[in-house]
Amino acid sequence: MIRVRLPYHLRNLAGTGAEVELEIDGPVTQRKVLDALEARYPMLRGTMRDLTTHQRRPFIRFFACQEDLSNDDVDAALPEAVATGCEPYLVVGSMAGG
Amino acid sequence: MAGVRVLVGTKKGAFVLTADGARCEWKVDGPHFAGWEIYHVTGSPVDQNRLYASQSTGWFGQLIQRSDDGGVTWEPMNNEFVYEGDVGTHLFFDGTPRPWEFKRVWHLEPSLDDPDTVYAGVEDAALFKSTDGAAGWSELTGLRGHGSGEKWSPGAGGMGLHTIVLDPSNAQRMYVAISAAGVFRTDDGGNTWSSKNHGLVSPWELPDPDAEVGHCVHRIALHPANPSTLYMQKHWDVNRSDDGGETWYEVSGNLPSDFGFVVDVHAHEPETIYVVPIKSDSEHFPPDGRLRVYRSRTGGNEWEALTNGLPQEHCYVDVLRDSMAVDSLDECGVYFGTTGGQVYCSPDGGDTWSAIVRDLPPVYSVEVQTLP
Repeated sequence: MIRVRLPYHLRNLAGTGAEVELEIDGPVTQRKVLDALEARYPMLRGTMRDLTTHQRRPFIRFFACQEDLSNDDVDAALPEAVATGCEPYLVVGSMAGG
Repeated sequence: MAGVRVLVGTKKGAFVLTADGARCEWKVDGPHFAGWEIYHVTGSPVDQNRLYASQSTGWFGQLIQRSDDGGVTWEPMNNEFVYEGDVGTHLFFDGTPRPWEFKRVWHLEPSLDDPDTVYAGVEDAALFKSTDGAAGWSELTGLRGHGSGEKWSPGAGGMGLHTIVLDPSNAQRMYVAISAAGVFRTDDGGNTWSSKNHGLVSPWELPDPDAEVGHCVHRIALHPANPSTLYMQKHWDVNRSDDGGETWYEVSGNLPSDFGFVVDVHAHEPETIYVVPIKSDSEHFPPDGRLRVYRSRTGGNEWEALTNGLPQEHCYVDVLRDSMAVDSLDECGVYFGTTGGQVYCSPDGGDTWSAIVRDLPPVYSVEVQTLP
């Protein structure tokens, strides 16, 4: 079970609480987490990454275990603590502006 | 008793304002989509419960929302706007070529006869169409493929397709306006387009003042009873065409400034039109700090200031291009919103004004539905 924490606007859009839980088979990667998240909540498609290229939107960041994973390989395995649900995977709106 | 529903898009959400036909006492609902930029909210002319909203932020991108109950509840719809074929380039602010890149939906225009058909004008400028209530979108490629796209460039707010005008007498004819490219018209339902900018003069914006394309048209409007006559607020100049956009001529007349964004037409008087003069492109506020709507009953050139109920000192708001609308009650109501968060209503064609609300976020768009 993977825990994903969403920013305010996306949790409102998806109609969820701050955190959602996803089941993912096999190695847990950022791509798999985001794919599963968008499959569960289709209204989030395009809000975190480009609909066509799947590139991260510029003002979206991905954190976990006190690390910024935003520019990491999306197919690299996430930390064990995320894969086991001990730590959440954080989708974050960058702080500039508002 | 008949009434009105005013749909307001703002920098931080959408609001729905309703009143009976007297238009004196208002109910304010919202914010819907709080915290999101709502470039436009509008309703189908044939199903008044069917609304569409363009919702976006720089963080999370573009969403399209649809309501089937007059704005009580909303559902996110398809938000995939993909340019078809060769993307090509347009001019950037610095005059260099820049590939087309989707940024946001500026304007939604529902069909005049089918609530499931809706057009979307987007930035970078292109026109999309949905025939299934926004469940899917496809580009009308003939516009961007007009052949002049490499000469289009952004206005100060971006290169947006901001105005879509459907001809009620001819289902195949449609006009769009783009900042800064100008006016384009199709006579075959959107397959092919031709530029309609002859007569426009832009000496301060273009190296060739009467170029075929590149004019920063801010808004165009027509009256259903006289659809070949178009009115235009250009960056500078208020213009008019009597031949479906084939030729334009200036009707700024005695306006205190011919810069502005909005233009609209009285619901029952095809020659009665409204603009809100703004001082200049450098100073986006009313001349002399006085918020004045100007009305012409002669289709332009002769204008009267409408000030009763509007602030006549220390007013430095702007009125953006999608922020004026008229209702079609017997006594035509006129509405506009400001960047200061006021939405004003005149229930008597502009003679008197009062604020429905005063402290909304900056207003991006105002539409009105006349309810039975």
